[in-house]
Amino acid sequence: MLRACQLSKAFGGLSVLQDVSIDFHPGEVHALMGENGAGKSTLMKMLAGVYAPDGGSVAWRGQPVRFRTPNDALSQGIAMVHQELMPIPDLSVGENLLLGMEPTNAFGWVDQAALHTQASAWLQQLDTDLDTRRPMRSLSVAQMQVVEIAKALARQADVLLMDEPTAALSDHEVTALFKAITTLRQRGVAVVYTTHKMDEVFRLADRISVLRDGRLVCTKAALEFSADSLIAHMVGRELAQIFPPVTTTPGETVLAVEQLTREPAYRNISFTLRRGEVLGLAGLMGAGRTEVVSALYGLQPAASGTIRLRGQTLDLRSPIDGLAAGLAMVTEDRKGSGIVPAMSVQHNLTLAALRQFCRGAVIDATAESSTTHKATGDFAIKASGPGQAINQLSGGNQQKVLLARALLTAPAVLILDEPTRGIDIGAKAEIYALIGRLSAQGTAVLLVSSELPEILSLTHRILVLRQGELSAELAPRQTNQEEILRHAMPR
Amino acid sequence: MTATTSPALDRNLLHRLGIVAVLFVIAGLLSVLTDSFATASNLTNVARQVSINGILAVGVTFVLLTGGVDLSLGSVVALSGVACALFAHPGEYPLFVPICVGLLTGGLCGLLNGVLVTRGGIAPFIVTLGMMTVARGLALIFSGGKPVADMSPDLTGLAGDLGPVPIPLICFAAVAVLSWLFLGRFRLGRHLYAVGGNEQAARAAGVSVPKVKLFAYGLCGLLTGLAGVVLAARITTGQPNAGQAYELDAIAAVVIGGTSLSGGVGSVLGTVLGVLLIGVINNGLDLLSVSSYYQAVIKGVIIVGAVWLDRRQARS
Repeated sequence: MLRACQLSKAFGGLSVLQDVSIDFHPGEVHALMGENGAGKSTLMKMLAGVYAPDGGSVAWRGQPVRFRTPNDALSQGIAMVHQELMPIPDLSVGENLLLGMEPTNAFGWVDQAALHTQASAWLQQLDTDLDTRRPMRSLSVAQMQVVEIAKALARQADVLLMDEPTAALSDHEVTALFKAITTLRQRGVAVVYTTHKMDEVFRLADRISVLRDGRLVCTKAALEFSADSLIAHMVGRELAQIFPPVTTTPGETVLAVEQLTREPAYRNISFTLRRGEVLGLAGLMGAGRTEVVSALYGLQPAASGTIRLRGQTLDLRSPIDGLAAGLAMVTEDRKGSGIVPAMSVQHNLTLAALRQFCRGAVIDATAESSTTHKATGDFAIKASGPGQAINQLSGGNQQKVLLARALLTAPAVLILDEPTRGIDIGAKAEIYALIGRLSAQGTAVLLVSSELPEILSLTHRILVLRQGELSAELAPRQTNQEEILRHAMPR
Repeated sequence: MTATTSPALDRNLLHRLGIVAVLFVIAGLLSVLTDSFATASNLTNVARQVSINGILAVGVTFVLLTGGVDLSLGSVVALSGVACALFAHPGEYPLFVPICVGLLTGGLCGLLNGVLVTRGGIAPFIVTLGMMTVARGLALIFSGGKPVADMSPDLTGLAGDLGPVPIPLICFAAVAVLSWLFLGRFRLGRHLYAVGGNEQAARAAGVSVPKVKLFAYGLCGLLTGLAGVVLAARITTGQPNAGQAYELDAIAAVVIGGTSLSGGVGSVLGTVLGVLLIGVINNGLDLLSVSSYYQAVIKGVIIVGAVWLDRRQARS
């Protein structure tokens, strides 16, 4: 039905997709797998008319087509749900859902009653009961996803492209989304989606295409893959072990947090962090994990409580104070509070530690560029050069730049908030190895993650947050995912 | 920077080459169409005319880079000019006093803009719109509504020449070169781009966002003060009604020069080229004796057209 014929695309001379040909069939869930930078998003965006191909073509119902805009593709029945959702927050669910196709009355005014009836009908097709009069901003990410999918349904989409729809979802939200996707498949919609979560692929996909370094490795029925063989295809080598063994023994206490409180997000948070220790912070979305670590870095100061670093009480009012004290953080929102998109890789990399490369107020260009050169090597950052704009890099490479940015400040405590979200296995393994190395060098790491295998395998100790309160401290080698979840679930 | 060029840089280069080409085409046309364009006296005149807009445009480049805007330029030019003229009567104070008074007046207005934007959390558009009326009102109050005349020849001499080069042009060139160095080489310059490019990310990376913005508005104000002094010297009075709509020419020049109104992207070199383009067009229309009514229309069309071409280039 939809066919990619030898599609190629390059950004700034760096080829990101080469000669990729794939057929997509109605009533089939087709997963695109590959590491970050393999070209999955680029391929989808070309199918959806976001990018024009540099070479090759897209064929739709047997005819070659050239979409100029996403709207072109949409009018032909190809809809895309983007990795970053783009709802209009102040409009209602119904208005968002039927945007541009609102039912009107005889005067040409929007017929509100009909709008909400129609919108609920579409949502019910996805087994979702949602008040369509609620403002979009009040929805959870998962609910927004479902509205986006209903939006595609309402436009009679025959093909639905989804770029990592589950990256920001919790487990039970994923289940709801999968139900919706299954409904779509039954209705004969071709679903194309990308993910980094192995278990999902095998639960959902009928066929899998693996991309590596911009080329198609293979397209096969999902049944023909095992988890191991899929990973091997993706990285081009067997990954003997993703997680490095935890070998270091933590030293003296570096960070001591007492009675940290900021209502209503969190209260009475007390814990210590030792030299070389990796401390995991687990919990559901909205449990206050990000808020707590943001307070430790000065991003969102706590209302009360004390934070002591090497015995010294800190007054953290902004990240400037955090950095000066020897704390560094990689935030969970790569796009929102991580990269500066218009700046180059080099300028992003050195932003936090710029003072080190300055004589007085003047930047020492030689020192800056040699540090960049070293860091791009150390962190295996794939870019065409230090001057490349960072928004042309894959998510995994952007994340590595941000890690390098934080580590250039030589922190005593490194806070990582969901450091592997939306990142492929290869980049994940690199980040896991890095955490191991940092710990061995004596850096204390505070790791917030929704991926429990990560928390279980990488840390010395696990703290669980439930609705803004610490609910448990667990030893990773003596616990399991179920126990963590039991402590994390609201009561 | 290493020798590796990025697509972004290539695009900037292309953009500049585009403006330079347009500049040459227009200059070429004018030399053919008129006898007077390509004469030394006319070109010196153009240089003198673009200098004031140039100083303002470079100043407001800093503000636009942070994602802000300054609509008070024209009024602050008038206020600084009046303040300067009040202290410039012959035999009263040494030359540096009126100059400093002019600069400080502009600088204070800029700082006040900056404080209201950062501390007050009010949108730059509103803050500087307010400053636009307040500064104009103050200029009228301090001057009693009449031009402040009787300025010492020392000060009006600032509009003269140093050898063959007009002094205002020297001021503009110095401001442009120093700003170019500042944005490219100084930590604070880098921070300006970071704040304009992604304020949240800049804050998370330890950049003091309020300090950076305060600096941008303050410096813009200081340069506006300088423009006010130069203008007063040129018209030999502190004219409370001077500088009407100067902010529009300045912002137009910056935008034509490739600076993004949403911040984070832009350069002094682009601004300088934008200033020259607007200056040559103004001069050309004068020489061709196009009526000022038509001049306004033509200029507007050129500004929008230039930006439209640029954005089209950016998309492809």
